[in-house]
Amino acid sequence: MIEERNEPAGDTPNAARVASVTVAARRERRSFGSLWAWIIFLIGVLYFTVPLIATFAVSMRAKPAFAAYTNSFADPRFLSSLLYSFVIGLITVALSIALIVPTAYWVRLRAPRLRPIVEFVTLLPFVIPPVVLVFGLIRAYSRPPLPFTNTDIGSSALLVFAYIVLSLPYMYRSVDSGLRAIDIRTLTEAAQSMGAGWFTILVRIILPNLRVALLSGAFLSLAIVIGEFTMAVYLARPAFGPYLQLLGANRAYEPAAVSLISFGVTWLAMIAIAMLGRGSRTRIQVGGAH
Amino acid sequence: MTFLELTGVQKRFGDVAAVEDFNLAAERGEFVSFLGPSGCGKTTTLRMIAGFELPTHGSIVIDDVDVTHRPPNQRNVGMVFQSYALFPNMTVAGNIGFGLRVRKRPSAQIAKRVSELLALIHLEDRGNRYPYQLSGGQQQRVALARALAFEPQVLLLDEPLSALDAKIRIVLRKEIRAIQRQLGITTVYVTHDQEEALSLSDRVVVMSEGRIEQIGAPADIYNFPATPFVASFVGTLNLIAANVIDTGTGRLSVDGQEVRSAKPITEGRAGGTVTIAIRPESIELGEGGGANRLRGTVEDASFLGSIVRVRVRLADSQTSVSLDTFNDPNLSPPGIDEAVTLSFPPEACLVIGSGPAPVVDVVAGA
Amino acid sequence: MSDSATIMSERDAPPARPARRARSLSLSWAGLIPFFLFSAMFLGLPLAFLAFGSIADNKTGAPTLDNYAALSTQSVATAFRNSIEVSLVTAIVGGIFGFLLAVAVILGRLPRILRSALMTFSGVASNFAGIPLALAFTYTLSTTGFLTVLLNGVGVHLYSGSFTIFSKLGIEIVYLYFQFPLMVLIIAPAIDGLKPEWREAAENMGATGFQYWRRIALPILTPTLLGSMILLFGNSFGAQATAYQLTAGQVSLVPLAIGNQISGDVLHNVGLGYAMAMGMVAVMGISIIGYTLLQRRSERWLRS
Repeated sequence: MIEERNEPAGDTPNAARVASVTVAARRERRSFGSLWAWIIFLIGVLYFTVPLIATFAVSMRAKPAFAAYTNSFADPRFLSSLLYSFVIGLITVALSIALIVPTAYWVRLRAPRLRPIVEFVTLLPFVIPPVVLVFGLIRAYSRPPLPFTNTDIGSSALLVFAYIVLSLPYMYRSVDSGLRAIDIRTLTEAAQSMGAGWFTILVRIILPNLRVALLSGAFLSLAIVIGEFTMAVYLARPAFGPYLQLLGANRAYEPAAVSLISFGVTWLAMIAIAMLGRGSRTRIQVGGAH
Repeated sequence: MTFLELTGVQKRFGDVAAVEDFNLAAERGEFVSFLGPSGCGKTTTLRMIAGFELPTHGSIVIDDVDVTHRPPNQRNVGMVFQSYALFPNMTVAGNIGFGLRVRKRPSAQIAKRVSELLALIHLEDRGNRYPYQLSGGQQQRVALARALAFEPQVLLLDEPLSALDAKIRIVLRKEIRAIQRQLGITTVYVTHDQEEALSLSDRVVVMSEGRIEQIGAPADIYNFPATPFVASFVGTLNLIAANVIDTGTGRLSVDGQEVRSAKPITEGRAGGTVTIAIRPESIELGEGGGANRLRGTVEDASFLGSIVRVRVRLADSQTSVSLDTFNDPNLSPPGIDEAVTLSFPPEACLVIGSGPAPVVDVVAGA
Repeated sequence: MSDSATIMSERDAPPARPARRARSLSLSWAGLIPFFLFSAMFLGLPLAFLAFGSIADNKTGAPTLDNYAALSTQSVATAFRNSIEVSLVTAIVGGIFGFLLAVAVILGRLPRILRSALMTFSGVASNFAGIPLALAFTYTLSTTGFLTVLLNGVGVHLYSGSFTIFSKLGIEIVYLYFQFPLMVLIIAPAIDGLKPEWREAAENMGATGFQYWRRIALPILTPTLLGSMILLFGNSFGAQATAYQLTAGQVSLVPLAIGNQISGDVLHNVGLGYAMAMGMVAVMGISIIGYTLLQRRSERWLRS
């Protein structure tokens, strides 16, 4: 948007107010046929909310009311699988950040020529179906020298690595667009002139400025991990995805309750991130299907 | 003969009045500038002429046709936007010819008109380029050509040069004026740069906070500002507090020193305070500048290239006066704390209002 | 070689001596070692297994192209045909309606809060795939589903014909739940990038709203629209958990078929699974390249 220039002379409080009101009014004044827009919007709202309403209705069929919800929480496997997935998710996010932030930073600052290669690698996970990825990993790492799958811890570790790969595209794009919004070259040079080393620069200067980008990438990765099913099943891990599938096969009303809960929690987290990110120039990252 | 007329135009956004009681009668072929600081309402008024804003009150008449409520695509005015707003998906030729294509002119006619305009803006061989391949100045010229292609009745320009370098600005504004003269098209030019407004216009409309402060030829605005705002916004100026000694003879007292204005004082009574304005170029060092004398000591001397700006503190006060002298390589500028005498003619002593002077003593124009 | 090296090193190395320049180039690799190592171990290796497995005989491990030949069998062809059809339909329908939704909320003079609500909701819904989504639509449109019953009450009997939610059509309806939001999120920045001055300039020159959209806005948006739809295509192609939960594998889709071949207990053909996976890699790879190229094109225009 083109803002009117601020001049030293003649800037009174009223002038500033008028300027901002005029600009805001100009932004608002897009004529497009409001009725049309309302119709489209309402169709969209209908399409999105009806399945949610249906899910809620089914969840309430359990007697007494809300029994589906209380039963879900009462099931120990619900909490344990959710906890497991959540912890796996957090570890995935932490390791992702530790891997990707220095990488993206380095690419921007010191190796711009390698950028296409790195970006290509980060797009590869889109291209491989998860079932193939997990099978490849099992085949590679079920025997010496790196027999991950022989132990529980090893399998869980392999799952974490697999999830890091899965969330690579989103995490990298998030961090990259966050870096683009801040002038890392100048910040780095300023820090270096004051004696800071690479680690200090990354941890004390770059990371804090990437707050929103990291949050949105982290959130997306977390969502992917918690909802993921295929890889957890093939690695025989007690994660939330397999639990949900089991629930869907065996119970009538609890799956509805659990689905709704996870949807609601996700939306709340999304709103929280949007509020935190207000005023920041980085954009919230976009998810995909699985 | 009045071609473009705005009568009693007002624009309110909620309870904020962006433009209040705007009246202007522009002749056919006249070049009028709207000059003022940010937020003064000049762009809003321009957009009302273009049709992008609807006046809350008042009327806009072009060539005896009331267009106040016409949608913008039926007004036949050409607008040049501050950001050029060239369509990125079309070539230069496509952009220029767009208005004619919309009016369903035959393509042969469009092609001919486009090449005429390309010649006018000296970009004959760039017709097939895309906007992103052009420099800022070139884009601006294309925007101008585009606005002129369909032969509008009025040309509107919204700070067209503000995004360009100083040197290009000067070249381009001369080109714009030359083209405007050649075509004889009534033009409204919005700017915050007083040098642009003064050098280009037949008349200048000085605006502040939604109201017109003064309308007049550039020389009139500069030499005879009607209000303190105009005096301070246009050109550089000294504003000094003075006590009125005698209104009939125009005698005033500045820090105990007496000066005289050329006309009787109407802005205050004897014993009261008024603000007087003196242009720095009207003041001379020494006694040869005119009948009025002020004594003081040099506070600062700034070398500004062709001009040396000297600031002098008057005898026993807070007041400082700035004067400009041409840089003479053979004369050294006065030294700090040197005692000097300033002189200026009574005609240069403008009384522009009562009440104490603002704190700032030299107010720079944009 | 020297030209590009010069250009790059102007930007990232301190200006000057050739010796310094050469050293900074090799150092530029060093910082990326962890990343490349990780990618090689956990991305490259499986990919290699995939590639080599697809040209290896299941029993002997000898190189063969039989697996690729088997791609033309009926079942495989059906899987690809279904996947392509589903992805195409959901990409186009999802793309068009998602675009309309985004335009409605950004340019349609709706209350501002609706825009942020739609954006946050889209962030959630674009990821709401898999089992919960399939369950939700089962609850909505199965024979005893919420909407089915509602419509029965009004006299519209969905299941009187051949319609069922557990079908290819059902998958398409369900997939739209994450395709619409994905489109909204991708296209919103591009719509924001339409400068209001373009519309004003067009109106100023006499264009109606329709002419503006036809000659300026849509042409400008077309690369992004196409690119986004390609992304939607790829997104749909790769989805599997949703379809599996919905149709229990009755509708054959490529990711499901791959899973069957690789891990099924009976009659499974690992090599074929790998060959199919390579086919899928090809499809996804092409869609990503297409998306990237179109993105570059539109960025170039919108930058001006």
